[in-house]
Amino acid sequence: MAATRGCLLVGGLLAASGAGAVDLPEDRADALLHVYNGGGVRAVGPALLVRKRIADRFSLTGTYYLDAVSNASIDVVTTASKYSETRHEFGLSGDYVYRDSQITLGATTSREPDYTATAGTVNLTQEVFGGMTTVSLGFTRGVDDVGKKDSPEFSDKAKHWQYRLGVSQILTPRWIMSANFEAIADSGYLGSPYRVARVFGAAVPERHPRTRSARAAKLRLIGDLGSRDAVHAGYRYFRDTWEIKAHTAEVGYSRYFGDPFLADTFLRYYTQKGALFYSDNAQSETLYVSRNRQLSTFSSVGLGAKLAWTARKVPDKYEVKLNGAYELVRFNYKDFTDIRNGKKYAFNASVVQLSVSATF
Amino acid sequence: MRATLALLTASARRAAALAALAAGTALAAIAPSSSAPDFTLRTMGGPNVRLHEQRGQVVMINFWATWCGPCRQEMPHLNRLHDKYRASGFVLLGVNVDDDVKNAAAVATKLGVKFPVLLDTDKQVSKLYDLSTMPSTVLIDRDGKVRFVHRGYLSGYEDVYDRQIRELLK
Amino acid sequence: MTAHRRLVAPLLAVSLLLLGGCAIKPIQPWVKPYERERLADPIMKFTRNGLAEKHSEHVRDVREGARGATGVQGGGCGCN
Repeated sequence: MAATRGCLLVGGLLAASGAGAVDLPEDRADALLHVYNGGGVRAVGPALLVRKRIADRFSLTGTYYLDAVSNASIDVVTTASKYSETRHEFGLSGDYVYRDSQITLGATTSREPDYTATAGTVNLTQEVFGGMTTVSLGFTRGVDDVGKKDSPEFSDKAKHWQYRLGVSQILTPRWIMSANFEAIADSGYLGSPYRVARVFGAAVPERHPRTRSARAAKLRLIGDLGSRDAVHAGYRYFRDTWEIKAHTAEVGYSRYFGDPFLADTFLRYYTQKGALFYSDNAQSETLYVSRNRQLSTFSSVGLGAKLAWTARKVPDKYEVKLNGAYELVRFNYKDFTDIRNGKKYAFNASVVQLSVSATF
Repeated sequence: MRATLALLTASARRAAALAALAAGTALAAIAPSSSAPDFTLRTMGGPNVRLHEQRGQVVMINFWATWCGPCRQEMPHLNRLHDKYRASGFVLLGVNVDDDVKNAAAVATKLGVKFPVLLDTDKQVSKLYDLSTMPSTVLIDRDGKVRFVHRGYLSGYEDVYDRQIRELLK
Repeated sequence: MTAHRRLVAPLLAVSLLLLGGCAIKPIQPWVKPYERERLADPIMKFTRNGLAEKHSEHVRDVREGARGATGVQGGGCGCN
């Protein structure tokens, strides 16, 4: 019985009928102003995206992202002094569509004075089962050149591999779900040449392993509630070989107000158990030691709201939207202390995004 | 050995029976050369339209919706075909499957649709014609038989429609 | 020899049934294309503003130990 059902399902999947069409993504131009302010760090910058259809089935996308960072974070003020830095990121990708499939090839490069990261991506998307299921596979390979300011003798590399599998499935005329899986492998210099760890109260340069392997799985659900509004929920589980385990849960609600306004609100909860070799103040000598907050045991709660206003809409010609988003995030560290007062560290952060997007 | 053969023939007989059953309950897709299922639908303008009353003319049924991009792209081409062949015994019926009839009417007016737009709000006719894609276009000859079925719309399909309409009008 | 014969018959029956099963009408997509009106609305998209989502993901990647499986992909940077 189970075998027969299996055959029926496979038969149905392969019988992807219909002329079918994955549509080429629409032409668009976006400009974004992003601001992050929290914990002594301020990162501001513009971001741009332009996408244009070139031939009948081919489109090209270019992106630019700038991060002007003013860093006076707790690490920086307690071990060094405040600094400013600018990061540029450029991206170029091409999409090719044929019937039910889409293939995307892309490359990005990110440049800071002491860090250069280059990555290449290939994605394949396929619609099956009468368009009810979309399967996507992706692979990204990255190579980073790590340097250290004022230390030309320091030079190292980091390599990254990311394998992605995504399935989105229409459940009912009003509900759709997606499952995403990702395997990430990193090798090389995976730490920071500026950060120090604490062993027996003394500051020592941190020692990170030179490999890291991670798995993540995420489930998402969106449902239409019937009165021009929708609800969404998501959960992600992450685990890696540094023994970090993290859970992310998010819920949100979206609603149309009149024709031109679309508002969203969401709540995001994140909790992680720290890396094996992480310690706020190590009491023994271990091969690897780190006091990187990012690897500690902590939780964060974020509450956000978004509003999109359709400024101008000419159906099938063009559409211009103005978007605004604000998120307030509270970080609470369980095993990272503020050495200025010995208390467990916590801070609030604000994320603001203002953008204009035109599709044509 | 004989036992195995006996079991083999029994299994083969079972498989053959199942296959025959499958052929009988074949997928209900509208196959060319089958008679076009009859239906009656209300039009945007008010009066009902019945398919069988169009017998003697070449009928093209185009299933569309306001939320389907290719459907809207196709409209100007369908308008042109409607203008070109209506005097020669060609009828073009648009069947709209939107839930919101007022919105469908507004979009149809904006697109300048000149042929009758039938309203299939409860999706009965769409189910009857077993649509597997949006848009779908069905060409029916003067005897009420389905001759051509087009699933989806890609640039260039309108030339194929033109050729097929001319063939059926002969 | 007896054990072998005991396996062959059922295996053969199962494989023929499978092939026979393949001749039965396969599972049809249960949400027809003409029923997807609500799903075509932008409110039902997983990602509405790609550029803004990329930024949100970046802000989280820098501060959290977890990465990936978000449906937003990009390269790396040295932000840590």
